[in-house]
Amino acid sequence: MARMTIAEALRQAIREEMRRDPTVFCIGEDIGIEGGFGGAFTVTLGLSEEFGHERIIDTPVAETLIAGAAIGAAIAGMRPIADVQYGDFIFCMMDQIVNQAAKMTYMSGGTVRVPMVLRAPVGATTRGAQHAQSIEGFFTHVPGLKVICPATPYDAKGLLKTAIRDDNPVLVLEHKLLYGSKGVRSEKSALSLIEEVPDEEYLIPFGEAAIRREGTDITIVANLLMLYRSLEAAEILAQEGISVEVIDPRTLVPFDYRTIIASVQKTSRLMIVEEDTRRNGWGAEVAAQIAEEAFYYLDAPVRRVATYDVPIPFAPVMERYVVPSVERIVQEARNLMNS
Amino acid sequence: MEYRERVLRMYEMMYRIRKYEEKINSLFLQGILPGTIHQSLGQEACAVGMLFDLRQDDYVVSTHRPAGHALAKGVSLHSMMAEMFGKSTGCCRGKGGSMHVGDIKVGMPPAIAIVGGGLPIAVGIGLACKMQGSDRVVVCFFGDGASNEGAFHEALNGAAIWNLPVIFACENNLYAASTRVNKVMKPEHIAERASAYGIPGRIVDGMDVLRVNEGARMAIERARSGGGPTLLELKTYRFCGHSRTDSCRYRDKQEEEHWLARDPLKTLRNHILDQKLAEENRLKEIEEQVLEQIEESVRYALSSPDPAPEEALQHVFYGE
Repeated sequence: MARMTIAEALRQAIREEMRRDPTVFCIGEDIGIEGGFGGAFTVTLGLSEEFGHERIIDTPVAETLIAGAAIGAAIAGMRPIADVQYGDFIFCMMDQIVNQAAKMTYMSGGTVRVPMVLRAPVGATTRGAQHAQSIEGFFTHVPGLKVICPATPYDAKGLLKTAIRDDNPVLVLEHKLLYGSKGVRSEKSALSLIEEVPDEEYLIPFGEAAIRREGTDITIVANLLMLYRSLEAAEILAQEGISVEVIDPRTLVPFDYRTIIASVQKTSRLMIVEEDTRRNGWGAEVAAQIAEEAFYYLDAPVRRVATYDVPIPFAPVMERYVVPSVERIVQEARNLMNS
Repeated sequence: MEYRERVLRMYEMMYRIRKYEEKINSLFLQGILPGTIHQSLGQEACAVGMLFDLRQDDYVVSTHRPAGHALAKGVSLHSMMAEMFGKSTGCCRGKGGSMHVGDIKVGMPPAIAIVGGGLPIAVGIGLACKMQGSDRVVVCFFGDGASNEGAFHEALNGAAIWNLPVIFACENNLYAASTRVNKVMKPEHIAERASAYGIPGRIVDGMDVLRVNEGARMAIERARSGGGPTLLELKTYRFCGHSRTDSCRYRDKQEEEHWLARDPLKTLRNHILDQKLAEENRLKEIEEQVLEQIEESVRYALSSPDPAPEEALQHVFYGE
C-alpha cells in the first residue's frame, strides 16, 4: 500500500501496464521532455526515464496527429495511451475520435480492434472558456466510445488499467482539481485527495457505480469534482435531517443504472449533479432513463443541477456562479425534499 | 517473378479493377445497387502500380474511392461485390458499403471516407510497424483535395519527424469533386509540398503503371529499410464523375480527350503487344477469365443472404 494522489495513481497504472505489456505506450504533447512537466498535470512525469522516448512519445502541437497516430497504432496491434493536454483541445481531433476511432470496429463488421485510451483533463479552474470545458455530453453521445471518470486515487488506478486492456477506444475524463498534482503544476483550489492505493494488481470493471455515502431521503448521482461537492452538501443536509445517498457512477459509458434504480427505490428522490452544461448532458440521459424505468419509485420529479448553458467565464465570481456549488446543491436538495 | 509475368499480372489486376468498376456502374444504373458510388475508372495504374510489390502483411489506407486499392491489395472480389449489395457475406458484413471496403486480414482497414482522415491513421500504423521492429510499410492513398486538409500537414510532419515507413500516395486527378486543383492551390505540384516536411517528393505519371510501380518500389524500399516516408504525386484523371450523378460539366472537353487518350489500360496493353510480352490471344484469355470472375462475384453477391436487421446492433464494440 502507498498513499497516492490521482496523478500518482494514474502514473502507477500506466507504469504497471507498460511493464506488463510491451505494446502499451504513451503519446502526447510535453509528456516526456526532460525538464518538462510530464504532461500538463504531471501524470507521465518520470516515465520516459524508465521507458525511454520510444514509448513515451512527445508530439508536435498537433491533436489530429496524436489521435490518428493512436488509432493507427491500435489498429496495427499496439495499445496507445494518448494524452490531450486539456479536454477542450479534443475538439481539434473530433474527426479522428468520432468518425474514425468510434466507427472503425463497426464499419469493419467487427473485425478491426481499436484498443486505445485517450486521457483528457476537464473542469473549470479559472483559465477561461477554452481550458475549462466538461465534455461528457459530447462523447457519451457517440456510439463506439467508452467514457470513464475516475474520482479517487483507487479508482484512477483500477479503472485506467481496465481501460488500457479494453479492446475499444476509451475516453478517460480526469478533473484538474482532483489530480493532486504537485510542484509548479499544482492547482490553487485543488482538493487534497490522497488515499491508500494497493501496490498489487487490481482492475475495476466498467459499469459499476460506487455508493460513496449511504442515505435514505435523496439519491444524488455526481461525478468527478461534483461528487465531492455533493458529499459536502450531504454533510450539511444531514445536519438539517435530510439523509442523502451519494453515488459516483465512475463510468458513464457503460452506465450502471441498476445501482441508481436500487437507490431510488429506497429514497424515492433523484438529483443529478454534473459540471458539464445542462442541455442534453449525461444528466439529462440519466433523468430520462429513470423516468422510463423507475418512474413509479419516484415521489418527486428528477432534478438536475448542472453548469448553466454558457461558456465558462474567467472572473472567479462568475465561474463560481455558473458551476454547481455546494450551496446550490444544498438548496436544490431542500427544494427537492419540499416538492 | 520475371518481368513478363509481372507485367501480365499488372494488366490482369488493372483489367479487373476497370471491369469491376464498369460492372458496378451498370448495376447501379439498373437500380439494383443501393447507396452511391465513387469510382476509380482511369486511376487503375495508381492502385496497381503502388500496391503490386507490397506484401500481404504490409498495410494500405484508402479513401472514399477505394475499389481499386482494395482489389490490388487482395481483398476478395466476391466479398467486395457482396458488400456493394449490403450482404452478410460482404467484406464488412454489410456495415461498410462502397466507401468503406477493406479486410484487415490482408492489411486493409475499412477505407476512410472523410477526406484527409486516413493520413494520420496511416502514420499511426507506420508507428506501430516501427515500434514492433518489423519491416512492414504502409501505403496511404489520398487525393489532391486531401492535400489541402490540415490532417495532411499534421500527418506528413509526424511521419517525417518519426521517420516512419509510410508512403503517401497522392492521386492527383485534378478535381476535388468539381473544384479544379489550380483553383485551390498555389504550387503547380503537390509533390512540392514534401519539402516543407524535409522528405522526398516525387512526381509520377499516374497513367503509366510501370512508372508508378518504379516510383513505388523506390519509396517502399526506402521505407522498408528505415529511410522514412516519401510523398509521391501520381498525375492521373477520373474517367467518370466524382460520384453517381456527376456528369462532369465542369471539365473541359479537350482536357478530357487528352487524358482519355492516355488510358492506362490501353497503354499497358499496347506495351505488352509492342514488346511481344504476350500475344493478343493470351490477353483475351486473361480478359475473359476476369469477366467471368466478375459475373461470378455478382451471382455470389445476389445469392448471398441479407444480414439480419438486428445485426446492426452488433460490433459497436469489439467482441460485442
